Amino acid sequence: MADQAEFTDLAMEHMPALYTAALRMTRNPADAEDLVQETFLKAYRSFGSFEAGTNLKAWLYRILTNTYINTYRAKKRRPEVADVEDVEDLYLYHHLGADHPGGLGRSAEEEALDRFTDDDVKAAIEALPDAFRIAVLLADVEGFSYKEIAEITAVPIGTVMSRIHRGRKALQKALFELGNARGLVGAAGEGR
Amino acid sequence: MPEPTTTEPSPGDSTHHHGADPCDEPAAGFIDCDESIGRLYSYLDGELTEQRRVEIARHLDLCGPCVSAFGFEAELRRVIANRCKDHVPDALIARVAGAIQAEADLQSN
Repeated sequence: MADQAEFTDLAMEHMPALYTAALRMTRNPADAEDLVQETFLKAYRSFGSFEAGTNLKAWLYRILTNTYINTYRAKKRRPEVADVEDVEDLYLYHHLGADHPGGLGRSAEEEALDRFTDDDVKAAIEALPDAFRIAVLLADVEGFSYKEIAEITAVPIGTVMSRIHRGRKALQKALFELGNARGLVGAAGEGR
Repeated sequence: MPEPTTTEPSPGDSTHHHGADPCDEPAAGFIDCDESIGRLYSYLDGELTEQRRVEIARHLDLCGPCVSAFGFEAELRRVIANRCKDHVPDALIARVAGAIQAEADLQSN
């Protein structure tokens, strides 16, 4: 049986990151809490099979992701579109401002990003279909490498790359549309 | 509002990241803006081979508009990561600790 103190020592520090991921996956605090608890319990039960010295955080994320896919996703009532539309490169950059001549320091487009709130960013991520949401979350919020994400989600690295790249572009469009609806960002070139 | 962009930038297309493309005909061994933007994510993710990475870096040394676009995408990544933090409820920490304790007690009996 796994050593309880050792497990608690090593694993509990990852709870904030896992909880954030769980919230974005389930889009619901009650489900996120259940998902995190289930993940930790499963991890504790399997801790004997965890190879010391390997990436514990990635291992915990694999359990979290599998538990989400097998349990919570299956429960969902409404079927979800499984794909994102193709969005052009640099979507948000182009839409937040016209092409400004490059100056030193932060550009007008970068300044415009400050207008988005935490809730905007979270909502834009949560608008992505599962596979894209999970890939973008693992890459951009958690900073995992393509190879680690391939291992966590058990899909080939080429698929991971495609999901991250397409998911990010769809996220940019969702973010812009959210900002536009709230009057945060408007016609190109207005940003100051 | 900007015009909808197309994937094939045409001359004078104001939504292409720069109109008069100084890099339309790159010299041998150099890449153009389309290639540079096409590999932007892999570059920022640190997922390119050293040779590819050097090609992008060399392009960025010469191309202000691409530097600006890369800078924006890097900033966006920081914004997304920073705006996605959630406070873990104390009750959840206690709940998980309790569940593990109960599991441990079960195993030792």
